[in-house]
Amino acid sequence: MTVRVEVRSIHPTAGQHIVREAAKLGVYGVKRCEVVRLYFLERDPGDEAVERLCRLLLADPVTDVWRIVREAGVVAPKPPMLGTQALHVIEVAFRPGVTDVPARELRRSMAEIGLPDCETATGVRYELEGELTEAELRRLAQLLLCNETVQHFALGEIAVHFGHETMAGERVEIIPVRDLDDAALQALSKARLLSLDLDEMRVIQRHYMELGRDPTDVELETLAQTWSEHCVHKTFKARVEFIHRNADGSVRSQETIDGLIHRYLRAATDAVRPEWLRSAFVDNAGIIAFDDQYDLAFKVETHNHPSALEPFGGANTGVGGVVRDIIGVSARPIATTNVLCFGPQDFPYGQLPEGVLHPARIAEGVIAGIGDYGNKLGLPTVNGAILYDEGYLGNPLVFCGCAGLLPHGKHPTRAQKGDLIVVIGGRTGRDGIHGATFSSTELTHETGEIAGSAVQIGDPITEKGLIELVEAARERGLYNAITDCGAGGFSSAIGEMGEALGIDVDLCNAPLKYPGLAPWEIWISEAQERMVLAVPPEKLPKLQQLAELWEVELSVLGRFTGDGDLVVRFNDRVVAQLSMHFLHHGLPRRTLRAEYQEPPPAQPLPEAGVELKFPGMDLNDVLLAMLGHPSIASKEHVVRTYDHEVRGGTIVRPFVGPALDGPADAAVLKPLGTWQHDQAFVLSNGINPLIGRIDPYAMAISAVDEAVRNAVAVGADPDRIAILDNFCWGNPTYPDRLGALVRACQGCYDAALAYRTPFISGKDSLYNEFNGKPIPGTLLISAIGIAPDVRACVTSALKTPGNRLYLLGETKVELGGSLLNALLGEQSGAPPSMPQKPLERYRALHRAMRNGLVRACHDLSEGGLAVAVAEMCIAGRLGAVIHLDALIESADVESLIIPLLFSESNGRLLVEVAETDAVTFEAFFAGQTLTRVGVVVEEPRLSVVVNGAAIIDLQVEQLVKAWKGQ
Amino acid sequence: MKPSILILHASGVNRDAEAAHACELAGGAPEIVHINQLRCGERKLTDYPMLLLPGGFSYGDALGAGVRLALDLQVYFHDQLHDFIDRGRLVLGICNGFQALVKAGVLPGVRADRSAAGLRPIEEMALRRVTLTENASGRFECRWVHLAVNRRAKASFLRAIEDLIFCPVAHGEGNFQVKDAEMLAEIEQEGLVTFRYVDAEGRPANGVYPLNPNGSVADIAGICNRRGNVVGLMPHPEDHILPIQNPLGRAGQLGLTIFRAMVAAL
Repeated sequence: MTVRVEVRSIHPTAGQHIVREAAKLGVYGVKRCEVVRLYFLERDPGDEAVERLCRLLLADPVTDVWRIVREAGVVAPKPPMLGTQALHVIEVAFRPGVTDVPARELRRSMAEIGLPDCETATGVRYELEGELTEAELRRLAQLLLCNETVQHFALGEIAVHFGHETMAGERVEIIPVRDLDDAALQALSKARLLSLDLDEMRVIQRHYMELGRDPTDVELETLAQTWSEHCVHKTFKARVEFIHRNADGSVRSQETIDGLIHRYLRAATDAVRPEWLRSAFVDNAGIIAFDDQYDLAFKVETHNHPSALEPFGGANTGVGGVVRDIIGVSARPIATTNVLCFGPQDFPYGQLPEGVLHPARIAEGVIAGIGDYGNKLGLPTVNGAILYDEGYLGNPLVFCGCAGLLPHGKHPTRAQKGDLIVVIGGRTGRDGIHGATFSSTELTHETGEIAGSAVQIGDPITEKGLIELVEAARERGLYNAITDCGAGGFSSAIGEMGEALGIDVDLCNAPLKYPGLAPWEIWISEAQERMVLAVPPEKLPKLQQLAELWEVELSVLGRFTGDGDLVVRFNDRVVAQLSMHFLHHGLPRRTLRAEYQEPPPAQPLPEAGVELKFPGMDLNDVLLAMLGHPSIASKEHVVRTYDHEVRGGTIVRPFVGPALDGPADAAVLKPLGTWQHDQAFVLSNGINPLIGRIDPYAMAISAVDEAVRNAVAVGADPDRIAILDNFCWGNPTYPDRLGALVRACQGCYDAALAYRTPFISGKDSLYNEFNGKPIPGTLLISAIGIAPDVRACVTSALKTPGNRLYLLGETKVELGGSLLNALLGEQSGAPPSMPQKPLERYRALHRAMRNGLVRACHDLSEGGLAVAVAEMCIAGRLGAVIHLDALIESADVESLIIPLLFSESNGRLLVEVAETDAVTFEAFFAGQTLTRVGVVVEEPRLSVVVNGAAIIDLQVEQLVKAWKGQ
Repeated sequence: MKPSILILHASGVNRDAEAAHACELAGGAPEIVHINQLRCGERKLTDYPMLLLPGGFSYGDALGAGVRLALDLQVYFHDQLHDFIDRGRLVLGICNGFQALVKAGVLPGVRADRSAAGLRPIEEMALRRVTLTENASGRFECRWVHLAVNRRAKASFLRAIEDLIFCPVAHGEGNFQVKDAEMLAEIEQEGLVTFRYVDAEGRPANGVYPLNPNGSVADIAGICNRRGNVVGLMPHPEDHILPIQNPLGRAGQLGLTIFRAMVAAL
């Protein structure tokens, strides 16, 4: 008989949040809500035992009360039922097969206190007080309390599914492909979620015709995973027929591009290739030199589609996945980053397309998922951004980054013939099947129903064990190669590792979460927290010993054979036999068409545009509106839920200044274990989809400049910065989407050469469309740089009244894609362009910093000079006076006020310098545009003055309030 | 010779390396030991003058913060640990380590009550009258706080710390609460409060957020046992052991002073 335990807090707090959120959904009847934790035991161990379990483990003796419920009825103690009238109940539990860590820990704990073993499960009970209809309760359950992708609910007591499930396993199907016509081939690809196009299906068909047999399901799935966009980047490797048109439609140029990665991204790296570059594009993460002992690895991934369906789990496993990329280069993960793009948080529920979670719910889940995983792994989350745009309504973007530290030369990458194929970490289940191919599918309102199995919830504590075990194994040289199990699961990880050698594995050696998985499911499952190692047989006992100490499950799946075949067995029976050559080289190269038409020439912003748009609104109002804009405003409520201090090495944090709440340009990190010297490293990012809407080439230039400029602003050496690209784009088989992508890649190439920043890694996430509408093409550039002296790092907070403020760089009339235009609903204006000699400028600034001449520094980005100086005032809680007249010589200052304040020209920074250092400081910038624009003042007031009259005049407290949304 | 300090690692513990760094700077000789090494006898608690339970999310805090680790302490190490404490050796629990010591009934300690009631040792987990529960904000929060040492604390070695301590908190369940007013009175009167949340000038936080970041009763950030040799606190002094870690860029108020005071008392 099943036992059910209900635990409730005597100081309930969680329910208030639900009452508020219910009202946002238009359900006003909820007067009160109480949240009750539920635990289920499949078998009843007896009264005394269950009571002991409650007393010792499930209920806190100070804050909780509990009761035990059996089918036979309620057992004492009686609950203090707090309400009396109209009590409605919604109960939520996980679907079978979804990771339920509390249930697992409960089971282990029961063993520790001597209770008999049995299956366990957990759930949540919501007791709602108030007059509510059944329709309203369902609405609350579906939109607020339960995500049906991974959970199920009941109005009343729920029937839980215990961990195991039964389904016909072990069966291997032969899929007849040889007799299929084109339509049937395409139908097969669609029905099995293979995401292979007709050409690819035909190549497979031809291959099996030559072999004189049909493929097994395991073989077909292996090919689909290995050939997926996610695993081989078909689009970025495809030949592209590109036509570049002028605004009038005439052809400007026409060319055949021999692969976007090859032609632009790798080409840029090859052209720059500094001596400190250790590894670019070849491994799970890019690697640069740190000091004479250590290297740094950096990788950024996206987890967009899973996050759209199950925000918590999607973001959770997004962090887990990128952390494993870092473990996969034998590095110790030491910091994480994230950049998030959501739909508007106040989007009306009534207008939400069918099948779309509300952007506020997506944001809440994603942020909780990131915090949960990073905090539990003990990794500081140090850098990021959050952007809001209607374009991300049905398809949010979740970029997760991770940096790691590894001893130089300690990352082995060559499996040897005879090495054992060892899998460590989590067990394999039916979760995460078809993630790799699902990511190449456009989202529609039905996606949630058909791809539910592609979404998972992570288990950071198991991943933490992997970090410890791999580090210990690396120190002792126990493996010859390592990779993570990401997209495509074993099939991709083992298939890639064994490409040169061939492999022979038996899937019945893989530990499973529950019985009944078909061989193909085991083989492609993307269950989280698993790594694969190539281990020489004689080193296995030592590795097993370490795995036992760190409580990491280890199993030997097979070996590297040397015969060049991929052989997969199940209980000795061969279920797949494929030539590695066909698997890795059989994929036909795509040829894609791309077209890009230049936008009509930029129209100058109508004079006094602000006045026209918002009569009576003055520049003070505009600046305050900008500071309060969701994309600019303080993200403190989010960032404080991430641990940014763990490991003790975060020196420039997300928040700076005396009130510890001002915005930082970038993070400076000092890795634990390297305190014997003063070198640190910097993480920053650049992203601006608003510019991309006008001109993707300009977006790429701006993103690279922003990432580099932010890194330099805190103290990175501009000659030691490497960058990563992450493209999130629509369906590239449409020539217009791909044409814009080509332009962005061209921008990446030109910018990388201008800034001498090699790309060390990158990732593309394509097919980001919802019901046929693409997201705004979005490029994230993430930068990692070396700060030679952690003591010379600089923050954006103003420091001392009387100090001078300099503007470095030229301000051009570049309002296209600017925040001002977004506020005005304007499309006109030229987007920001490449600055003059940007690298020389940043080098000069860096030299000035190294000489201790820079007291504060902040980059100019969204909102231009006005927002930048306001943010410096906010961070420093000091005032400033800015003289716009200093920026132009012409008498025509008045007509240029708007661009001077709000233009978003690249390559600009505001710098605070002590009066006594001014001459020395200026000497560093011969040949550069450096303008003394103002002064720091004691009175907390920001004034911007033109011809002696203040056009902006605000108290710093007003700026703080607008920015912090108070 | 430098006194050795056992830093206990269990699955999900993650601030062990920083704690080791802090112990080292304070003049100790830290060793990170996995709980399984203690269980199998490869390392012995009694070989060390001090035990440190660092921060993290032991076993994912899956049944509440520190509960599973507390269970381990009770089930596998009850007698060893109490013997260690009875000998007057020092124990420091930080964040998750503090949560585990509280949930195990070690801090401020209920062994006498349990013996008197004739119950099995493990019942100490249920007899405790203090807890660390969900932050009043309902969220995990990471922010820097000021702490003042209670000069009347039983952990008298902490009196060596003259300055305030400035260091971060990073937790979701750091809200110190008591079963009833008598328990609070007992803790106060017996000098069991070691650290309180204060403002930058050392004035009581008076429950005001974010000076008191989690809603703890009487601004309590840390407590000790009646003998004064077991200390636990929620904030992370191990993350402010060098002046350059101070986000305000000032000298002093180092968390290192706690480690120094403890090492000096060994």
